[in-house]
Amino acid sequence: MAYPPAAPASPPRQPSVKVILAAADVSRVVDRIAHQILEKTQGAADTVLLGIPTRGVPLAKRLADRISTFEDVAVGVGVLDITLYRDDLRRHATRAVGPTQLPAGGIDGKRIVLVDDVLFSGRTVRAALDALSDVGRPACVQLAVLVDRGHRQLPIRADYVGKNIPTALAENVKVTLVETDGSDEVRLYGGQL
Amino acid sequence: MIRHLLSGGDVDADTATLILDTATEMATVAGREVKKLPALRGRTVVNLFYEDSTRTRISFEAAAKRLSADVINFSAKGSSVAKGESLKDTALTLQAMGADAVVVRHPASGAPHRLANWVDGSVVNAGDGTHEHPTQALLDAYTMRSRLGRLAGLHVAVVGDVLHSRVARSNVLLLSTLGAKVTLVGPPTLIPVDIAQALAPGIGVSYDLDAVLPNVDVVMMLRVQRERMNDSYFPSAREYARRYGLDVPRMRRLPEHAIVMHPGPMNRGMEIAPEVADSPRSTIVEQVANGVSVRMAVLYLLLGGNNL
Repeated sequence: MAYPPAAPASPPRQPSVKVILAAADVSRVVDRIAHQILEKTQGAADTVLLGIPTRGVPLAKRLADRISTFEDVAVGVGVLDITLYRDDLRRHATRAVGPTQLPAGGIDGKRIVLVDDVLFSGRTVRAALDALSDVGRPACVQLAVLVDRGHRQLPIRADYVGKNIPTALAENVKVTLVETDGSDEVRLYGGQL
Repeated sequence: MIRHLLSGGDVDADTATLILDTATEMATVAGREVKKLPALRGRTVVNLFYEDSTRTRISFEAAAKRLSADVINFSAKGSSVAKGESLKDTALTLQAMGADAVVVRHPASGAPHRLANWVDGSVVNAGDGTHEHPTQALLDAYTMRSRLGRLAGLHVAVVGDVLHSRVARSNVLLLSTLGAKVTLVGPPTLIPVDIAQALAPGIGVSYDLDAVLPNVDVVMMLRVQRERMNDSYFPSAREYARRYGLDVPRMRRLPEHAIVMHPGPMNRGMEIAPEVADSPRSTIVEQVANGVSVRMAVLYLLLGGNNL
């Protein structure tokens, strides 16, 4: 039996856009996370930042940059591609696989900070944890995100959060970065005006 | 993405590049402690081999297992085929068992194409008669790209028994798609000029190996298929080795950067001298290692998504 036809959408809702973080805010937030990482890791000793593509990668590089400016320590930076570990591979057309690059010293026994732009369901982080255990055995794993928008579907939380944004499920958080999109901004789409 | 891989001509330049790029990422798995990816968990790959093969079957098996697929090996010997079961009935049996992909090698040219109409899953041609062997062409292209850095503009000489070689056919199709220039070299009896020109317009043909060697980036030696040599395509094995075998003096005629390839198994001393096969220019062992990465890429791209 077919579903009853949906009620005609009464007044068409205006799609709304709200800027949550502007360029200056993004850079302040990155600075703060860098400080927090230094604080919680005793000066970032034996620490490796692994960015999750796409926007986690430039974020990890920026954090490493800031950390070495603040404390004059070099932290390892890498890329962790999680495509082959996703739990929704079969729900989409085949996804292209990207490179995984680990810093020269590897990750065995290191403190890993996973870096991503938005923390939402937690499924990406779950996939990243699986991917991580296949490339080595870190001493511990932490998570840094620019934005936490809630609605977790797995028991996962971030150690470093740039900005908590309470959202409705229907809303959309979009992070843009200079390296990937030409400008630094965090926007919320579809929210109430 | 395509559903089956039956011919070197099935893939356009973009798809071929995607397969090679994916293979590059798959190759990094071979260097890891845990040589396994979960991408094809719960999928079933059947290796349906009607002809003897070691490297291709093992290569496909390793590739499927590294992607966590379940692998069922089926060889014609000691199976219901020996009792007279037809290819179609075997296919329907595999279908009923829920095979997501069938990797097939068959002595009859075109058998994988027939099979593709009978089963719901993907069909990968692992060599059919004297027709095609597309994953070999892909791994050859991958090897050239990783050694020489590019494919477009390369000049590749394919030397030997082109007439019976499925490797040559698939390579001609794929390499011309990717912008390389191919010259076929061999005795006139073993080069089907009409077919070659129909496959790839602009293909070169030469009967003089020494004249071609100084101008190539890659020389790909084909195996002399002794099992198909009952019809006197050339006067004697010695004469063939003298005129078309790659020995040390001939290797010296190659440009500095050129590489020597062979799909294997080799007849050492016949089409290729042992010193050449073991020289640093030879990529023969590399080709085998690359075969697993390329087949992983193919299986992932055919089975990884919901594009069935």
